Amino acid sequence: MKIHEYQAKQVLRGAGVAVLDGHVAETDDEAAKAYDALGGSIAVVKAQIHAGGRGKGTTKENPEQHGVQLVKSADEARAVAEGLLGNTLVTIQTGAEGKTVNKVFVEAGCNIARELYLGIVLDRAAAMPVLMVSTEGGVEIEKVAEETPELIFKEHFDPHFGLQSYQVRKLCAKLGIKGKSIRSADKFMRALCKVYVDYDCSLAEINPLVVTGEGELVALDAKMSFDDNALFRHKDILEFRDLTEEEPSEVRAGEAGLSYVKLEGNIGCLVNGAGLAMSTMDIIKLNGGQPANFLDVGGGANAEQVTEAFRIILSDHHVKAVLVNIFGGIMRCTTIAEALVQAYKTVGFNVPLVVRLEGTEVEEGKKIIAESDVDIITADDINDAAKKVVATLI
Amino acid sequence: MSILVNKDTRLICQGITGKAGEFHSKNCLDYGTDLVGGVTPGKGGEEVLGKPVFDTVAEAVEQTGADATMIFVPAPFTADAILEAIDAGIKTIVAITEGVPVLDMVRVYEIVRNSDSVLIGPNCPGVITSDECKIGIMPGYIHQPGKVGVMSRSGTLTYEAVWQTSSMGLGQTTCVGLGGDPIVGTSFIDLFKLYEADPATEAILMIGEIGGTAEEEAAAFVKEHVTKPVAAFIAGRTAPPGKRMGHAGAIISGGKGTAAEKVAALQDAGIAVAESPGDMGEAVARAIKNKGR
Repeated sequence: MKIHEYQAKQVLRGAGVAVLDGHVAETDDEAAKAYDALGGSIAVVKAQIHAGGRGKGTTKENPEQHGVQLVKSADEARAVAEGLLGNTLVTIQTGAEGKTVNKVFVEAGCNIARELYLGIVLDRAAAMPVLMVSTEGGVEIEKVAEETPELIFKEHFDPHFGLQSYQVRKLCAKLGIKGKSIRSADKFMRALCKVYVDYDCSLAEINPLVVTGEGELVALDAKMSFDDNALFRHKDILEFRDLTEEEPSEVRAGEAGLSYVKLEGNIGCLVNGAGLAMSTMDIIKLNGGQPANFLDVGGGANAEQVTEAFRIILSDHHVKAVLVNIFGGIMRCTTIAEALVQAYKTVGFNVPLVVRLEGTEVEEGKKIIAESDVDIITADDINDAAKKVVATLI
Repeated sequence: MSILVNKDTRLICQGITGKAGEFHSKNCLDYGTDLVGGVTPGKGGEEVLGKPVFDTVAEAVEQTGADATMIFVPAPFTADAILEAIDAGIKTIVAITEGVPVLDMVRVYEIVRNSDSVLIGPNCPGVITSDECKIGIMPGYIHQPGKVGVMSRSGTLTYEAVWQTSSMGLGQTTCVGLGGDPIVGTSFIDLFKLYEADPATEAILMIGEIGGTAEEEAAAFVKEHVTKPVAAFIAGRTAPPGKRMGHAGAIISGGKGTAAEKVAALQDAGIAVAESPGDMGEAVARAIKNKGR
């Protein structure tokens, strides 16, 4: 689960990681008030969306309006907020459709001496979290990793013990952080690693991390996401969830206990198991078709869930054919067959449906379909199913 | 011969009194697995499926001589259940549970790797040696004794591969579902070592998917250390970046973990890669032929 920058900074502040003062605003009036409340001579107004690249990104409505802008008066803050709120910001990470800006964050300015990069992720190969820093702040880390990997420095840390001070000193030496700034780095980095563990983060990224003219480290931007599997023990983080940032059909699927990802194609897929669901998308593509979605109904789905899955797939108006590919294990073919018949009656299919059933209770499942009045195309195996569903579109 | 489990394996189920635990314990028994008991804290002294239930794994081991466990406890308690099994000296630990927090696994991983236990999973279908021992949720009847070792990060896609190799008459020695999470107890490389040493396994099929670098690491290992024919398939060539494809571990992040990178690494190691999930069995046959066996 992702959260907004202003929410991430709230978490960081609470954990003793240095951030700047700021206020979130939902109207231009609030933005102007926020500027005055900060009391400085300079502030930054930042669009709050779940995507990076906001500074370079611009709104669809006005190509001069960037997602992050420096302001020097309450009136300027109001004008920038007006230019962002309710408009659609397109950045390198949002895709061409962009994202609607519902909130802006008005943050105090600071005296920037250096911009660095800092990020914490899970290193799967090492089975440990890793802190990565780089001298190349404000640049996408993927780009740095590709072009100048020697400028990225890493320290793994054990979640029990956290990052150790000597590790911070090693990184400071690489980054050229000297003098009293080392103490500031120690506090900042160790606190951030602790946040990563305490909140079950999957990503904590500070880009840029600023060294101020006074020698203090402070988070200029903050991006955090969390391990969905651990949210049960972080009710406070769950409250940060912003459903407007998510694809509505994916939210709906999540509520029904289904794993669904919307794609660009026109062949809907209903599959059990994540690996088989991905493979079904792949084989559709191999046969010249385009999958409209990833959908894993999971192992323990009941008839209602499967019916809901059909509804979600068919509510995508791009879908011109549906492929059901089931290899029953825990999932019984009879459950799928019953749900299919039920969905046919209640939802109605206006597109061709190709069904491949195999595994647990396959014969009984096929019988249920054969005895119903559901109009389907049956397939013998995964190759046959893919060929047949693509053929329906020609 | 086989790897990890066989007809002498004595199995318990942690979480045997739960719905899923009992259902799959019964299926394992029906397959012929020597299930000797179960563990559910607070239900010691009861019986399920005619087998004794214990409060602790230690008691279960002491009284039944169990050397393997199948874990069905809910995700928040899975790490504890795995640690309990390690502590009780269980040799093969199979964690079926999906949804274990990844930092829990960071903590467990270090302990299990420094123990004498082997952990398969979590978030996996389990382990099965055809006609000898089934530990997990896979449909038993599709498996057939034979010569292919199958290992996979997926569940149903493994069934698909098993089905194909059975239909072609190749059959399987032992099939292992490694699990779909970012951190799992056993890697492809761990299993390559076991399959390479197992006389009954004549060819190895590895089924990977997008996310992480486990397949690339395995490819490098195969190139140096595996003499047997190896075939592979990678799921997720059409998966978009940045989206979790069902499995917690199946995500292309920061441009890394793509199917294309993995396929290139596998091919570079001389592995026969199936282009289509419909051709996994064919790829095994091709690998065997390539090695002139």
